[in-house]
Amino acid sequence: MQLSLTINGQPHAADVEPRLLLVHHLRDNAGLTGTHIGCETSLCGACTVLLDGEPVKSCCLLAVQAEGANITTIEGLATNGELHPVQEGFWECHGLQCGYCTPGMILASVGLLKDNPHPSEAEIRHGLEGNLCRCTGYQHIVEAVKFAANKMQTQA
Amino acid sequence: MSFLAKYMGQKVKRTEDPRLIQGIGHYVDDIALPGVLHVAYVRSQHGHAKLNSVNVDAAKSAPGVVAVYTGTDIAGKIALIPCAAAAPDMKKPDYPALALGKVAYVGQPIAVVVATDKYKARDAAELIEVDYDPLDAVTDLEAAAADSFVIHEELGTNVGATFQAGSGDIDAAFAQADKIVTQKIVHQRLIPNAMEPRGVLAQYLPGEQQLNVWSSTQVPHLLRTTLAAMLSHPENRLRVIAPEVGGGFGSKLNVYAEEALLPWIAMQLKKPVKWIESRRENMQATIHGRGQTGTVEVAVKNDGTLLGLRYDVIYDLGAYLQLLTPAIPTLTGLMLSGCYKIPAIQLNCRQVYTSKMATDAYRGAGRPEATYLIERVMNRIAEELGMDPVELRRKNFPKPEEFPFATAAGLVYDTGDYEKALNKALEVIDYQKLRAEQAAARADGRLVGIGVSTYVEICAVGPSVMLPCGGWDSATVRVEPSGKVTVLTGVSPHGQGEETAFAQIVGDMLGVDLNDVLVVHGDTDRVQYGIGTFGSRGLAIGGTAVAVATERIVAKAKRLAAHMLQADENSLSFEDGKFVGAPDDKSMTIQEIAFHAHQAHNIPSDFEPGLVATYFFEPKNCTFPFGTHICVAEVDKDTGEVTIQRYLAVDDCGKQINPLLVAGQVHGGIAQGMAQALYEEAVYDESGQLLTGEFMDYAVPKAFQLPSFELDHTVTPTDVNPLGAKGVGEAGTIGSTPCVANAVIDALAPLGVKHLDLPLRPEKLWRAMNA
Repeated sequence: MQLSLTINGQPHAADVEPRLLLVHHLRDNAGLTGTHIGCETSLCGACTVLLDGEPVKSCCLLAVQAEGANITTIEGLATNGELHPVQEGFWECHGLQCGYCTPGMILASVGLLKDNPHPSEAEIRHGLEGNLCRCTGYQHIVEAVKFAANKMQTQA
Repeated sequence: MSFLAKYMGQKVKRTEDPRLIQGIGHYVDDIALPGVLHVAYVRSQHGHAKLNSVNVDAAKSAPGVVAVYTGTDIAGKIALIPCAAAAPDMKKPDYPALALGKVAYVGQPIAVVVATDKYKARDAAELIEVDYDPLDAVTDLEAAAADSFVIHEELGTNVGATFQAGSGDIDAAFAQADKIVTQKIVHQRLIPNAMEPRGVLAQYLPGEQQLNVWSSTQVPHLLRTTLAAMLSHPENRLRVIAPEVGGGFGSKLNVYAEEALLPWIAMQLKKPVKWIESRRENMQATIHGRGQTGTVEVAVKNDGTLLGLRYDVIYDLGAYLQLLTPAIPTLTGLMLSGCYKIPAIQLNCRQVYTSKMATDAYRGAGRPEATYLIERVMNRIAEELGMDPVELRRKNFPKPEEFPFATAAGLVYDTGDYEKALNKALEVIDYQKLRAEQAAARADGRLVGIGVSTYVEICAVGPSVMLPCGGWDSATVRVEPSGKVTVLTGVSPHGQGEETAFAQIVGDMLGVDLNDVLVVHGDTDRVQYGIGTFGSRGLAIGGTAVAVATERIVAKAKRLAAHMLQADENSLSFEDGKFVGAPDDKSMTIQEIAFHAHQAHNIPSDFEPGLVATYFFEPKNCTFPFGTHICVAEVDKDTGEVTIQRYLAVDDCGKQINPLLVAGQVHGGIAQGMAQALYEEAVYDESGQLLTGEFMDYAVPKAFQLPSFELDHTVTPTDVNPLGAKGVGEAGTIGSTPCVANAVIDALAPLGVKHLDLPLRPEKLWRAMNA
């Protein structure tokens, strides 16, 4: 099937099998390997990307379901070489260890802050319930999201 | 050894992070080789079955399929999957990389399909017909030990080995006891679940006879040596690369069937091949952890003095042995003294085969089991004697001046001040006030509990005779002609942050900028031989090798500086990257020395050009971090749900090179230990079917299921290494499981509950409350 969508601001067209998963399209066809696969069942969130600004799990979407959509992957989050405040927060607060859940966790956090710019700790913890991390115990991730919220408020 | 404190001891942000937060690092699956073929597995659906036939005809002719292999194709060509920790007289079944004749656990590899893309490989795998005769399975440990059904007929029994450990007069201890406290203890099976599943990419270059293997492993050099033997391929033409590795927790400290089969296929087909594990495969066929059922008995005097401890345990090996499977209960035995003086200790262990995936090292590897059983039984003793659990612990601590402290379990603890950590924890959390608040809450009918655990654990295991692979590790430090510094470390970090920690050490010792230090690891062609990252050894052993090699660099550079500055070497000192103290206030930087050491136009006649040093550090002993954890938990009377109200960890891991990384390790460790206490359990049914085979069923905790942790520390340096660092990768896991269990059971104490097995899920607690 013919597919055309926008990935990280660039138009992207391809002929794909109808069953191809969006995550495989991003990784194997578009070469954007920052989107990781942790379970293929939508439970771990490692594959989270933004679809028209909303976090979605790209392992449980067909590529063709993203027809015409605007996809942001982790590689497209920084602008002009400047890290997004959430990326900065993860770095500042030691919000990652092995880094495997990190791209999905960061994009889920971006989605969370879009809906709720000043989340409480409980709101952050519940807001990230679709993303598993095995290394950090989540505390530094919570701090990273708070850091980003503060930074985005200052910038706004 | 002297350090500047510009970096060491500081909360330095990680140098690893920029690539990881932008998604531009490279895990195994991110590496693309032209023409790569994809491998899909067919695995056993039964816990125990005879394999009558494996029909691959349809798969072979499916679109895109290049090859299909079964057990008969590889028999005699790939050696059996090795175990490095089995005693010579241990009974062990053959464990081929693809099953032959029978399968003994769900997920055991039976056949593989190699195809041009991963969808086609999976399609074709569906076409393989396996004809099974299902057989009885054994999943219960006591039933397995009783040989109710023998899994491996050729062994004649399910008991692989029986061993005893410990010392002291155990019979006398029990004869003199005022009281004997007995507790049955179950350590449930856990699934490590690193977020990155395993994966292997293999490439063979026939001209060079070079075999390249990318694997998500914690031990690239050990894997290389083992693969060379399994595949009969020269080790010096075999390169193993552990690229970015997405967590391990011990599950990647192993040699797996897929790691041998993929390179073998690459050699057959002369094409690169890739296999990436699915989560279901990871749950079924990557090692599990824990898995012990035992009874602990403790002989005590009425004043709380511990006299002796006996632990009779059955250890769940699983169906076959992986690399270190039988070593795990040995570690439990070594830590049976906990942080207490116990004159007589005895471990009686039976290791049994069951119809499940093999167990092996999972974060803590045998030590969480020891700590959980001791800290649980200490509470039971306190109850029986009517003592406060804190005072019972304090009474039995060795004093700081009693170190090095030899235990009846057979170890010599390096350094420790257990009371200091305990006192700090009690003070920080205000224990007396907590107990008063608890009394008030109980008076209101609420179920609030306070749990304490005081733990000691074993890290950085050495000397080498203690480990089958050796206990040392290595470093090369090279100052390039430009003055940039390259560090090659034999350890293989996969999330711990040692690229940063080692750069901190070298940055301070050489007086160079952190960003001028590149730490290279995980590639056997770039790095000298090393052992790897596990058992909280990276910093204490690998970091020490880095520090000593750097010290040698400074010494060599000083000789050249003295020559060039025409100064007496003894009058020179090295400060902030410069050799100073020469006549006329002349000085030279380490970067200038590095250039001249390479140019070699003006060197002493006996000076070896270049500026590089390699050091292999052999530790004289293990290190023994310790601490006190305190937890406050409330159980909902209606639902049995547990809320952790406070969790305080006071850990002592010796000197801290980077407190930010230490906090990260402790947080993550507590989360995994707490998950064992409250949520996680690998469940098999009676037929050996894994019921918890996805994240839907296996409860890795989410962010809202964990609290924020309060951390504090004391610092008792080790004298085993010049850094004074003990290791901190597993402390949180070891301290937290019993701490949370003690808190929850304390909450239910007014209802007469004395003990419950883990995990303490709402249903179990509700039933206990409504019994």
